[in-house]
Amino acid sequence: MPRNFTPKVVTANHLLKGDVIYQTANGWTRHLAEAEILTDEADADLRLIDAAQQTNVVVGAYLADVDVTGDTPSPTHFREDFRARGPSNYAHGKQEELRNV
Amino acid sequence: MYNYTDFDAAFVKERNAQFRSQVERRVDGSLTEDEFKPLRLMNGLYLQLHAYMLRVAIPYGTLNSRQMHRLADIADRWDKGYGHFTTRQNIQYNWPQLRDVPDMLDALAEVQMHAIQTSGNTIRNVTADHFAGAAADEIADPRPVAELIRQWSTDHPEFQFLPRKFKVAVTGSPNDRAVTKAHDIGLRMVERDGEQGFEVIVGGGLGRTPMIGKVLRDFLPREDLLPYLEAIVSVYNVLGRRDNKYKARIKITVHENGLDDIRARVEERFALIRPQFTGVDQELLAGIEADFAPPAFRDEAVTDYEDARRHYPAFRSWADTNLSEHRVPGYAIVTISLKAHGATPGDASSAQMRLMADLAKRYGHDELRISHEQNVILPHVHKSDLPSIYSALRAEGLGTANLGLISDIIACPGMDYCALATARSIPIAQDIAKRFDELKLEHDVGPLKIKISGCINACGHHHVGHIGILGLDRAGVENYQITLGGDGTETASIGERVGPGFSADEIIPAIERLVLGYLDLRAEPSETFLQTYRRVGLAPFKAILYPEARANAA
Repeated sequence: MPRNFTPKVVTANHLLKGDVIYQTANGWTRHLAEAEILTDEADADLRLIDAAQQTNVVVGAYLADVDVTGDTPSPTHFREDFRARGPSNYAHGKQEELRNV
Repeated sequence: MYNYTDFDAAFVKERNAQFRSQVERRVDGSLTEDEFKPLRLMNGLYLQLHAYMLRVAIPYGTLNSRQMHRLADIADRWDKGYGHFTTRQNIQYNWPQLRDVPDMLDALAEVQMHAIQTSGNTIRNVTADHFAGAAADEIADPRPVAELIRQWSTDHPEFQFLPRKFKVAVTGSPNDRAVTKAHDIGLRMVERDGEQGFEVIVGGGLGRTPMIGKVLRDFLPREDLLPYLEAIVSVYNVLGRRDNKYKARIKITVHENGLDDIRARVEERFALIRPQFTGVDQELLAGIEADFAPPAFRDEAVTDYEDARRHYPAFRSWADTNLSEHRVPGYAIVTISLKAHGATPGDASSAQMRLMADLAKRYGHDELRISHEQNVILPHVHKSDLPSIYSALRAEGLGTANLGLISDIIACPGMDYCALATARSIPIAQDIAKRFDELKLEHDVGPLKIKISGCINACGHHHVGHIGILGLDRAGVENYQITLGGDGTETASIGERVGPGFSADEIIPAIERLVLGYLDLRAEPSETFLQTYRRVGLAPFKAILYPEARANAA
């Protein structure tokens, strides 16, 4: 029996800004909610290879686990939760950008 | 203070131009990340959780008002209006963008600062006693020697690819405020028969395998310092393990080969290279010492200070807590707490940096220090100026009277910023400080050092905290282990782990239980937490921390 493949997203840091980004079907986004959710292992591996090759845009691409509610991904691990939000001591990072939207 | 020579200025300028070109080549695709990473690390640039982080060296923690002003300007222009002072006396900017970093480095070079060797497997920024040149208990100012070591180690061709990073600390006082026993090399200035020299300590370190340094040479003549250091690092460079990152520090090399074997190798190497040091280093040192000549102290009455103490309880409390004895009568060493209750340990806003710079310029012979305990020091202040300084500090949120107390917590950035972290440190520090402020107990509790690390690498020095807290990831949940009885001074010891860790919700009540328990255990109010721990041992504290276990065992 094939082992269960849990849903994932491709994430990395942006080369110039250094912030957290997520892969979409045709590019990158700064918001986890807009990330492409990968549910097939072979597909996920290919998408990661595609991301890792974009060395002039991203640094350190990897697959991160997500929970999926409806169509919306959310982090399963607290580290990814901080990456998606920002630090807890100041309202800096993504939480600041989201607040300004 | 040391002033750059033309050579220093040209060297830093050239290095910055090289880095600017490296960034351009990374951006245009000529360099891959694998090629670029070691280059950026050599210049203090990390990629962290949310952004790049630039670590700027503050050699031996000393800077002047112009440099502090520049740090504030950089924070405003290229970061988010603040900086984070670290446990290695450096400053970190948490939000720079890649293209801006060469400009930031140029702005630093204009005030004789840089970020060279603040990362990578090299000899890192040399740290020193933050009270250097001012402390009443000092044999000699350790900073000229620290500067000499900086010049010797910067771009040293033999030591650019060491097995692992290498940290050196120097103290000129018998009371060790520089944690020399937890460094790869610790140097303690000592006197023997009227001659000054060094006790050389090797193989200390924290991290996943904490060790207290061992004495390699109990008395090294001053003029032998550089060849002896070169011999140690050279032996380590050959012998240190490159097969396993976790066994690559010199503490493991010393542990695995034995102190006697290392000493024999070092002495052999020293005998070989000693003749190559013909005395140029001692001429350099004499020049550096002239740069560190003490300021012109004034002889004046301290009646204003004594009046203020009598009339203003808040000032008296601050003076009792945050002042240290200066070697010159009428003067004091002022430690400015960057640990306001609920604030991030070590963070200073640009406005706070400017105020501290202005106070140093006006009242403090233009000198500031950064301590490894993440506070800022005005080393030379006449006591008559203290009331004015205190009221200015208070207005900018810098008047907290908590030096050496439970809320004067060291904390690494933890998972709020650091890519290596396994849990957060900052919120734990904030919550402990706020809780003990609510309880209004910290002055009753007295001297107590809490140190928090967000991973096993121990940047928060938890192993040498009287109470150490280590944040870990246990099955996807933040978990905090407590160690007790650590000490980073001349009576150094590694803390002992008490038992199973606590969740983020449980850790603050656990610390409260522990500290209230200490108040019951201490023999008298003057017995400090560490003294009580050393008298009664781990067991009573364990019983306080884990009351259920005691109930079950009964």
